[in-house]
Amino acid sequence: MKLHLNKIDHRYGDMAVLQGIDLEIPSGRIVCLVGPSGCGKSTLLRIIGGLERPTGGEVLQMGEPSSDCLNPLTYIFQDFALLPWRSVEGNISLVIEDHGIRGAQARAIIDDVLARTKLTDFAKALPKQLSGGMKQRVAIARALAVNPAVMLMDEPLSALDSQTRELLMDDLIALWTRTPFTAVYVTHNLAEAVRLGHSIVVLSRRPGRIREIVHLDKPLAERSFGDADLEAQQKHLWTLMRDEARAADAELLDA
Amino acid sequence: MPDQSAQKKSRRVDFRGGGFAPKSRRWTGAIVFALIIIAAEVGTQTGFVSALTLPKPSDVLETFQDLYSSGLLWKHLGLSLSRLAIGAALGASIGVSVGILIGLFSYIRAGLVPLVAAIFPIPKIALLPLFVIWFGIDEGSKYALIAFGTFTPTVVATYGAVDNVDRTLIRMGQSFGLSWLSIVRKIVLPGAMPGILSGLRISLAIAIILLVAAEMLGAEFGIGAYILEAGSLYDLERLFAGVVILSLLGVLVSAIITVIERRLLGWRT
Ligand SMILES: Nc1ncnc2c1ncn2[C@@H]1O[C@H](COP(=O)(O)OP(=O)(O)OP(=O)(O)O)[C@@H](O)[C@H]1O
Ligand SMILES: [Mg+2]
Repeated sequence: MKLHLNKIDHRYGDMAVLQGIDLEIPSGRIVCLVGPSGCGKSTLLRIIGGLERPTGGEVLQMGEPSSDCLNPLTYIFQDFALLPWRSVEGNISLVIEDHGIRGAQARAIIDDVLARTKLTDFAKALPKQLSGGMKQRVAIARALAVNPAVMLMDEPLSALDSQTRELLMDDLIALWTRTPFTAVYVTHNLAEAVRLGHSIVVLSRRPGRIREIVHLDKPLAERSFGDADLEAQQKHLWTLMRDEARAADAELLDA
Repeated sequence: MPDQSAQKKSRRVDFRGGGFAPKSRRWTGAIVFALIIIAAEVGTQTGFVSALTLPKPSDVLETFQDLYSSGLLWKHLGLSLSRLAIGAALGASIGVSVGILIGLFSYIRAGLVPLVAAIFPIPKIALLPLFVIWFGIDEGSKYALIAFGTFTPTVVATYGAVDNVDRTLIRMGQSFGLSWLSIVRKIVLPGAMPGILSGLRISLAIAIILLVAAEMLGAEFGIGAYILEAGSLYDLERLFAGVVILSLLGVLVSAIITVIERRLLGWRT
């Protein structure tokens, strides 16, 4: 299944936040969204997943998600959004219970996603006992449990320290390499974008428009921390964004 | 180096990070009670406090024993406890349900919040005659009074607790396509539980106050009636025996809620 964004416009009251966003999200690819603070990245992601209604335009699903997919558009949140009163496995079972999956079948799904995110030993732990990185891995496991067609990630690593971030990026790449998934990945961290993105969409400052789309052909598994060609791409992205970011910053001060 | 001398003079950095974190100090409460009782006993025994000001704690204990051996204690206590249990259970359960409805539906909120605000400040005891007409002179009016008194604080605490449930968790539930009922049952209710329980602490204390008031105004048996009778005879020993029973009741209710909190809210950090 792929997604097609068709002339998305969005405004809050008088303030235009997004303007004429036309974008193709191909199946099995990771699309990164970068842009200066406040340009509407999170808003766009909410629109893609149906949590917000755009003022204009529409999001189209092209093709059917696979039959074992329980929740085609699935989010991973910046602040993890785990239920603190449920254990790790309880948090995962939360999202499959509603689809009538219980007992042995649920057990099999939970064990599988816990193994894939290396959390098997923590199945009974409560969120308060986990580190930030582990919490986000639980959230990833929960998303994998519904077998999503598209994962929508809003700065999933930005609440974590930089070492944990590196480790989790490796985990995401390993997961993708085993079974490629489709994802829209919002970040303000350009290093993350060039590590994880098959294409990187640069938005302008508010109202957010597509400024440029950068395609990276190097396979994810071959990218690593500090690659020279990735650094060059990152520099290119930064020159694109710098002026926008500076202008956006000045606007916020004026406001 | 300009500050050689400053380097030589070394001083340990003092710890200043203590306090402001409640810790469990198990026996302190009991010791405070014991000290007050001992002081009263010593004061009355030596004549420093006259017998008209304060009865001797030992005399109060004796009265208490009489009450126990005559079997009247269980008669008073049994009636009071059943009134408290039925009235408070009614009021709290209706209060929690209405509070949740207010928290979930904006029309119910718009319709009921002003109403609740209007009845909250009414001293419920003032309505006892009305309840007597509505629900009868015996148990009915007492249940109604206690239920009504527990209802309002429970409603206010409950809808406040529902409002305070983390919005991102609800959004998470919606994004995974959970049904409305599942979101309420699995996210809103457990998320509101801390607020509901701390509201119950207050509501139940109010229930005890109203229990006594109702029994003073028209009951043959019950702790309230017992205290009223002692008071009108200026029988301070019996008065204090009754008051002690009430205090014990308060401590008991509070302890029960603490146990429930410990069981249900172990997930809190
Ligand atoms: N519910 C809302 N009501 C009104 N304005 C909003 C709402 N949500 C977001 N905005 C505004 O819309 C603009 C875009 O917000 P959005 O959160 O999408 O930006 P962002 O690109 O994700 O920013 P950041 O990098 O800081 O996460 C901001 O100026 C924000 O203040
Ligand atoms: Mg954002």
